[in-house]
Amino acid sequence: MIALPPPKPEVLARREAIVAALRAIVPGEGVISAPVELKPYETDGLTAYRQPPLAVVLPTSTGQVAAVMRYCHANGIRVVPRGAGTSLSGGALPLADAVVIGLMRMNRILEVDYDNRLAVVEAGVTNLGITAAVAERGFFYAPDPSSQLACMIGGNVMMNSGGAHCLKYGVTANNLLGVKFVTVEGEVVEIGGRHLDAAGYDWLGLITGSEGQLGIVTEVTVRILPSPEGARAMLAAFRSIEVAGAAVAAIIGSGIIPVALEFMDRPCIHACEAFAHAGYPLDAEAMLIIEVEGSEAEQDMLLGRIRAICGRFDPISLRVARTAEESAAIWKGRKGAFGAVGRISPDYLCMDGTIPTSELPRVLGRIGEMSRAYGLQVANVFHAGDGNLHPLILFDANDPESTRKAEAFGADILRLCVEVGGCLTGEHGVGVEKRDLMGVQFLPHELAQQRRIKGAFDPDWLLNPSKVFPLEGEGAAPAPAARAA
Amino acid sequence: MSAALLAPDSEEEVARAVAAAAAAGEPLAIEGNGTKRALLRPVQAARTLSTRNLRGITLYRPQELVLSARAGTPLPEIEAALAEKGQHLIAEPPDTRALFGAELPATLGGVVAANLSGPRRIAWGAMRDHVLGVRFVNGAGEVIRSGGRVLKNVTGLDLCKLLTGSYGTLGVLTEITLKVLPAPESTGSLALRVADLAAGVRALSAGLGSPFGPTGAALLPQGAPAFGLEGPTAVLRIEDFAEPVAYRLGRLRDLLAPLGAPRLLDAESSRALWRMVREAGLLGATAAEAVWRVSVPPTAGPAVADALRAAFAARLLLDWGGGLVWVAGPATEAAHAAVMAAARAGGGTWTLFRAPEPLRAAVEVLPPEPPPLAAIAARVKAALDPKGVLNPGRMRAGA
Ligand SMILES: Cc1cc2nc3c(=O)[nH]c(=O)nc-3n(C[C@H](O)[C@H](O)[C@H](O)COP(=O)(O)OP(=O)(O)OC[C@H]3O[C@@H](n4cnc5c(N)ncnc54)[C@H](O)[C@@H]3O)c2cc1C
Ligand SMILES: Cc1cc2nc3c(=O)[nH]c(=O)nc-3n(C[C@H](O)[C@H](O)[C@H](O)COP(=O)(O)OP(=O)(O)OC[C@H]3O[C@@H](n4cnc5c(N)ncnc54)[C@H](O)[C@@H]3O)c2cc1C
Repeated sequence: MIALPPPKPEVLARREAIVAALRAIVPGEGVISAPVELKPYETDGLTAYRQPPLAVVLPTSTGQVAAVMRYCHANGIRVVPRGAGTSLSGGALPLADAVVIGLMRMNRILEVDYDNRLAVVEAGVTNLGITAAVAERGFFYAPDPSSQLACMIGGNVMMNSGGAHCLKYGVTANNLLGVKFVTVEGEVVEIGGRHLDAAGYDWLGLITGSEGQLGIVTEVTVRILPSPEGARAMLAAFRSIEVAGAAVAAIIGSGIIPVALEFMDRPCIHACEAFAHAGYPLDAEAMLIIEVEGSEAEQDMLLGRIRAICGRFDPISLRVARTAEESAAIWKGRKGAFGAVGRISPDYLCMDGTIPTSELPRVLGRIGEMSRAYGLQVANVFHAGDGNLHPLILFDANDPESTRKAEAFGADILRLCVEVGGCLTGEHGVGVEKRDLMGVQFLPHELAQQRRIKGAFDPDWLLNPSKVFPLEGEGAAPAPAARAA
Repeated sequence: MSAALLAPDSEEEVARAVAAAAAAGEPLAIEGNGTKRALLRPVQAARTLSTRNLRGITLYRPQELVLSARAGTPLPEIEAALAEKGQHLIAEPPDTRALFGAELPATLGGVVAANLSGPRRIAWGAMRDHVLGVRFVNGAGEVIRSGGRVLKNVTGLDLCKLLTGSYGTLGVLTEITLKVLPAPESTGSLALRVADLAAGVRALSAGLGSPFGPTGAALLPQGAPAFGLEGPTAVLRIEDFAEPVAYRLGRLRDLLAPLGAPRLLDAESSRALWRMVREAGLLGATAAEAVWRVSVPPTAGPAVADALRAAFAARLLLDWGGGLVWVAGPATEAAHAAVMAAARAGGGTWTLFRAPEPLRAAVEVLPPEPPPLAAIAARVKAALDPKGVLNPGRMRAGA
């Protein structure tokens, strides 16, 4: 387990006064301090870590967020921002001496501007809520993480979340125009706006994916896009991982960029098939789901070409959807993949490294060896177009030895991703989970450089501390004692 | 000049040169091929550090859509390597040789440091959206890496985006990894004569709000006589495989029918026209004049244009659906004030892109930041360049 910094005793001692001060800023139900009511906030999507916070505050306006920040800053109180709490890396995990600022009550869509193709929404609007608001006019918000029903746009910005369609449409960072940003001192600034490419430094780019380290986002201006005329998927199953990988390379090499290109290995195919009965070929070592967009004729043309390419790789089966229903049937197993794996194992860890796509056979081979050595099963889902690998490690959380092994196995996989030229995290973020592995990817002076930039926004390290950056090392967070309020 | 020009041919030497400058407290002007020396503010430095000798493509994996090259690699060299594999640079950065009267082509480092994107920005994102990884030397002379060579990466703070568009004030880029894409098999455009700029933006919005995916949406206030386009003209471009290009141009033509009968530009004339849009060649700016870039929400573009034409003899080109307004005009403080006012009224931002030195030295070349952000900016600059030796004064006086 990963260490959290010791709480500041002087803050813990002032708990009642802090809660009273927060109540003066956010009246009514907006401040939570009773231990039983804090329970839902003690963890996020990485449920192995739990820690109730000092208090939770649920502001309803940017003004309230700014006032809370001014108060916490003046009093040296740590702050953990929170959206829906679906982070899989422990990014929203509270600290014992921290106030959690939950953005979920800021859930209004403020404006939709179809002529300029943008929407202005509060940070607590869900990802799917944006698309739902613009769908009637034939628009959508492109990044579509699997958690899109629950996760919030503020959380998406802070994790730079991706989705199944990011090969074509990009990740969150590529779909933003501006944010309203509250600094650690409680100042409100507009970053970007309703236009492309703000002049000066790219603050929007730096803030996106910063995991709550630099400030709090209260409003987001996103680009919305017209929906394609239609989309259809096909399934291609192969005899080996190498062959499936070669087929992926051949598709990309032919000049086609599918909107989605998903890879599943044998254990994953079996788990999904048992769960969803999607008709997946159980004798395959690897399976691809490939989706294209456009008019009917364009879909036919692209699927025809991809089918022909896959045909050169001795496929076990090729299934091209003719209708939206057949397409949904192909996707059904993949969309339920995490749930399916959840049914065959009491618990699983979802890893999230990225590798150069050409390294897939080697990496999956090594993961297979590790799986045997650790005695833990693993199922692999892979965004094959962009190299983002999600190994699901099956373990039993009630067995401490199994848990310890699963964490060690996960860390070994991420080390392997870096070793072959990839990175520790493609979309789930560093959080607490990968914090202590940052030294695998970065040299000490590079981490020190990142810490100095964090410190430029948050000199006292009050914002979401103990995440992302290892606690030890050059330029580490100031020790609490040196920063007593 | 030669004694004052450092042009190392390795990253280690760049690091040594910057470390020495930091130790001596002697600022450096940073450049690639210096084609954009006329961009933004003149730098106050006795010596110039150029990355022009850091050359060469270091990794190119067409099937993984990634390319890495040293910062001084000339853009045409990269474009040629990509073309050989049927790929291209997504952001379509302009070749500004004509506009700046430069002989040498831009370097990759210069284009990234200036975050220059062309017409395709509207559909596929800016330069900064495709910078997957950077290596750079910070102001203390340390080599720092951020990002990597994979398409999806959220490990740590995204310094790639911070460095992109920082004009050499936060670090000296030594190597850059880009996402690249297959070049389209075919292209074509529709050119619609419009009554005025507002009608033009409506036409572009109709196209951009359709499922047909235009990758270029420009408005030429004077048309493009060389292409037989007279008067205000809205142009929409499609790029893709041949069959979908033909189909989508047909659907767009139907969509635009209530607004007029557009002319179809075939692949060849479409490519030539968009090259002129990309290079802002249609502005016809002379060396004595200034060039500004105003970025606003697209529907505000026409009002910005009207305000500027009322204020001075402004020549204009609108790209990005109407949201990017290129402006050429007299290099005077009065014209500059008009541009700032028009951009502000349009709810957007402006850059004094190019101007004779006296104007650039006299005025702000970028909009000032609100005080809380300016304070953060000063601390971020200090975090990367503690001695202030990199390109002092390039973006703002005293910074
Ligand atoms: C089943 C499941 C599937 C998932 N699938 C995907 C997927 O396909 N792709 C993907 O990228 N991710 C996925 N995730 C991860 C997760 O959903 C994303 O990271 C999501 O963006 C988190 O949003 P949230 O609102 O839940 O944020 P939280 O978990 O509440 O917070 C995430 C981080 O952002 C900070 N934060 C949140 N809101 C703000 C704010 N307004 N201002 C400042 N900081 C803030 C928090 O402190 C924390 O560090 C999945 C998670 C689950 C549980
Ligand atoms: C309409 C239009 C007008 C333009 N006007 C001009 C103009 O007036 N002048 C002009 O020069 N360009 C202009 N450009 C283009 C743009 O400046 C160039 O395409 C490109 O940036 C030049 O590359 P370079 O190698 O010559 O860069 P340089 O001119 O050498 O440098 C450009 C900027 O990048 C920085 N830089 C260069 N290399 C590095 C590096 N390795 N690391 C960090 N920072 C670096 C420099 O400090 C400088 O701030 C214009 C483009 C358009 C479309």
